[in-house]
Amino acid sequence: MSKRILIIDDEPNIVISLEFLMMREGHEVRVARDGESGLAAVRTHRPDLVVLDVMMPKLDGFAVLEAVRADPSLAGTRILMLTAKGREAEQNKGLALGADAYMPKPFSTRSLVDKVKELLATAD
Amino acid sequence: MITGPLIIGVSFAYLGLLFAIAYWADRRADQGRSVIAHPTVYALSLAVYCTAWTFYGSVGRAAETGLGFLPIYLGPTLIALLWGSLLLKMVRVSKAERITSIADFIASRYGKSQALGGLVTVIAVIGVVPYIALQLKAIAWSFTILQHYPEVRMPDHSSLSFWRDTAFIVALLLAAFTILFGTRQLDASERHEGMVAAIAFESIVKLTAFLAVGLLVTLGFLGLNGPELPSVVGDERLASMLEPLLQPSVAPSQDWFAISLLAALAVMLLPRQFQVAVVENSDERHLRRAVWLFPLYLLLINLFVIPIAIAGLITFPEGGVDADTFMLTLPIAFEQPWLALLVFIGGLSAATGMVIVETIALSTMVSNDLVLPGLLRRWGGRPPAADLGRLLLNIRRGAIVVVLLLGYLYYRFAGEAYALVSIGLISFVAVAQFAPAVIGGLYWRGGTREGALAGLLVGFLVWMYTLLLPSFAKSGWLPPVFMESGPGGVDILAPLALFGLVGWNEITHGLFWSLTANVGAFILISSLRDPNATEAAQARIFVDALRQRHPTSAPLWRGSAEIAELMALAERFLGVARTRDAFANYAASRGVAAPTELPADAGTVVFAETLLSGAIGSASARVMVASVTEEETLGLDEVLDILDEASQIRAYSHQLEQKSQALEEATAELRAANLRLTELDRLKDDFMSSVTHELRTPLASIRAFSEILYDDPEIPLEQRKRFLGILVSETERLSRLVNQVLDLAKIESGHADWRTEAVALQQVVEQAIAATEQLIEDRGIQVRLDLDSRPAVVWGDRDRLVQVLVNLLSNAAKFAPERTGCLEVRLFPVAACWRVCVADNGPGIPDDQLDLVFEKFRQSSIGGHKPAGTGLGLPISRQIIENLGGHIWAENRPVKGANLCFELPAHSAETLD
Repeated sequence: MSKRILIIDDEPNIVISLEFLMMREGHEVRVARDGESGLAAVRTHRPDLVVLDVMMPKLDGFAVLEAVRADPSLAGTRILMLTAKGREAEQNKGLALGADAYMPKPFSTRSLVDKVKELLATAD
Repeated sequence: MITGPLIIGVSFAYLGLLFAIAYWADRRADQGRSVIAHPTVYALSLAVYCTAWTFYGSVGRAAETGLGFLPIYLGPTLIALLWGSLLLKMVRVSKAERITSIADFIASRYGKSQALGGLVTVIAVIGVVPYIALQLKAIAWSFTILQHYPEVRMPDHSSLSFWRDTAFIVALLLAAFTILFGTRQLDASERHEGMVAAIAFESIVKLTAFLAVGLLVTLGFLGLNGPELPSVVGDERLASMLEPLLQPSVAPSQDWFAISLLAALAVMLLPRQFQVAVVENSDERHLRRAVWLFPLYLLLINLFVIPIAIAGLITFPEGGVDADTFMLTLPIAFEQPWLALLVFIGGLSAATGMVIVETIALSTMVSNDLVLPGLLRRWGGRPPAADLGRLLLNIRRGAIVVVLLLGYLYYRFAGEAYALVSIGLISFVAVAQFAPAVIGGLYWRGGTREGALAGLLVGFLVWMYTLLLPSFAKSGWLPPVFMESGPGGVDILAPLALFGLVGWNEITHGLFWSLTANVGAFILISSLRDPNATEAAQARIFVDALRQRHPTSAPLWRGSAEIAELMALAERFLGVARTRDAFANYAASRGVAAPTELPADAGTVVFAETLLSGAIGSASARVMVASVTEEETLGLDEVLDILDEASQIRAYSHQLEQKSQALEEATAELRAANLRLTELDRLKDDFMSSVTHELRTPLASIRAFSEILYDDPEIPLEQRKRFLGILVSETERLSRLVNQVLDLAKIESGHADWRTEAVALQQVVEQAIAATEQLIEDRGIQVRLDLDSRPAVVWGDRDRLVQVLVNLLSNAAKFAPERTGCLEVRLFPVAACWRVCVADNGPGIPDDQLDLVFEKFRQSSIGGHKPAGTGLGLPISRQIIENLGGHIWAENRPVKGANLCFELPAHSAETLD
């Protein structure tokens, strides 16, 4: 079943790969290149799931996460965080702020796809 | 118009004003806001040197001898040049030892000898009492002359009864006044601030009066609105009288030399001069101004002496008017009553200033060095239980009255006799006898108590023989034949031509013989034995005074003592409150909670003795302290050991201080180094975290696309190619990153190999453009070159410089807009440097980030998009340029776009191969 997915990341090549993977799963994909436009896109397009990078210009991933979680109307949005910062502290911070899942870069495409499936399934 | 009651009224008003000033200054001193703690006040107080003898007598001497009055002021002017050493030493020692008078000073120097203090006091009293008589005469005469205004009449030496004699009343008044000024409290080293303020004020008054008369007379000579003076021309008698004044000469030169020397010594050694210059000095830095201000004062007060003398001689040609009174009689003759009154007040201030300070100084000496030692001997070292402080103050008050009465009696009996007129200089010679002991004691360690005693005694006896007795003879008290042929007709012993020395004036003659005998005896007797323990210890304090900012007595004492007894002793002289305060301060300085816990050691005993010295003089203090302690005698060897030890301890503590300072510096350096290390550690952490992030990002793309391609064989060829292209470029990015990280690490750690050669920047630019041609062409960007035609040679590594320019160019190319992009490379000289700038027409850099672009992994985004590149190009460029001695910076162009520039020092073109 087709879901709306929003990818927020400033690395063009990673965006291409994520876009390809999500579209292959049959989802409707949108892309934002920084935190600010990403947050705006969450509000206007109401995606089912957001793939969110941490290190980004303008507004970082944690800030976007906080803003989304602070908005009750966006309560159903699943958020999967991706980051090149592999430290455990970062991961804990993301989960504490309300991310549904957290994956370090470089990620396995298969586990990413599985994780997305899993998150979307719980949303129903 | 000027009547007796008016003069008396004005005089009392003036003395009342003086007392008000003194009272006010004392109050201010008690409140801790001293008015005399000012170098100008100090210099003015020194002018107590100028007495009525100066005020009235200078004109008299000038009328008689022409310039003969001048050496009396020339000597002090010249000796002032030496005050930086001589007087500074005296002040410093006196502060440390709490010295209260010239007698105390000499006694203290030679082992705190009571005999020496007593002898100095006797000499000072005998030498100075006639001088005080002179002041009394000046006041009495000026009063009588002024009373007869407008008539000019010389007073006849009256034989009035005491009670109607002006001089006697003046003497009593001054005694009362001096007691009020000078014996308010006991600790003499606490100084008489009120008295000094009043003296400084008097110095201004007498100078003003003198200058006023001088100006009046000078205006008269110049025909400017002044009094009319008779013409001198054509009057032969007058012309001969004026000859010494109109044709001044400095012959005979030995007299000039002798009197200059005499005055130079007197200005420091007269009891009153020692009092104001040394005892009353509140800050040794005041000496610096006194060195020029005091001579300036002397110059001013002598400026009009000659004009006034000439005016006097031609106004009173009959000779019926004493030249000593010209100061007063001229204004009377010119019918200037108020000026005459001002002169009277000026003379009064000159006389009272001298009398007050001199009698205070003498009374301190008499009580501390004459009466108290006598009492101590009578008490057998055990003083009766009484308020000794009050007793001592009463002794001083008595001494003041006695000294002034002696002065009056001398005036009354010497009267107009020669003995009074010439007494000024004769007094100076008596006081000059202190010079060998004082000056020798400050610069020579070898002097002994006996040497000083012998010198003083012999000098004083010769003074009496060559100067005092002849002056008596001239007054008719001794047969005149005594002067011409010596006692018993032995011509060679004639007092005015001792050992056949003739042709000198009697002052020069007397000074020569008395000082010769004095110095000879001092050196000869001193050389008979080595200085003993106390003399050696005191010599160290006096001679080395300039080497220590606060000279202190070494703890040269051994024995047993009780703190309670020492305190009780001090209390009886200083009172309970001041003794408790002083002991409490001392206890605090030694880190002890209460005086009673002070150790009864040498330090404490020496402290108590110094404290007492301020009240009763060093010699008496020594005896008093010895009476309550049991002292063991120290041998010379032991004293020298202690002194040695003291200086070793000083040196050691100096070393310690230096070492602890070095230690502190080292600690501070270590702390700074540690801070730097922590900072470096943090930077390294940040760097590692950044590098990891930068490595993971391309790796993420590589892994993702590899897996996609691997998992899905059905991807269309076109997409497959695109993905493989991404794989290749991300791999390149990864290896570029790795290379740059290594490169940067190499440069930063200083392990990079630098080739140093002369490099022409034109070639570097060309090479860099060739390397980036592809990128620039791909983006459709134009490049404009503006290079100086002269070879821009710098000293550096060609490849590294190309690397910098490639970084700058590719950076600019990335930020310049595609197709319409335009880069500009400029090369031009600035001062001794060559500057290269690479400008683009891109979005520019936010102003707050201009400095940040050279930091690692700080990439400026292009319209929110992340630029390609590692974020290490500019940091590496900065490292390279700074390594080559240049600097690099970013700025925004006025229109649009960024401008990155670097500068390198120019190298001379000759070495270019």
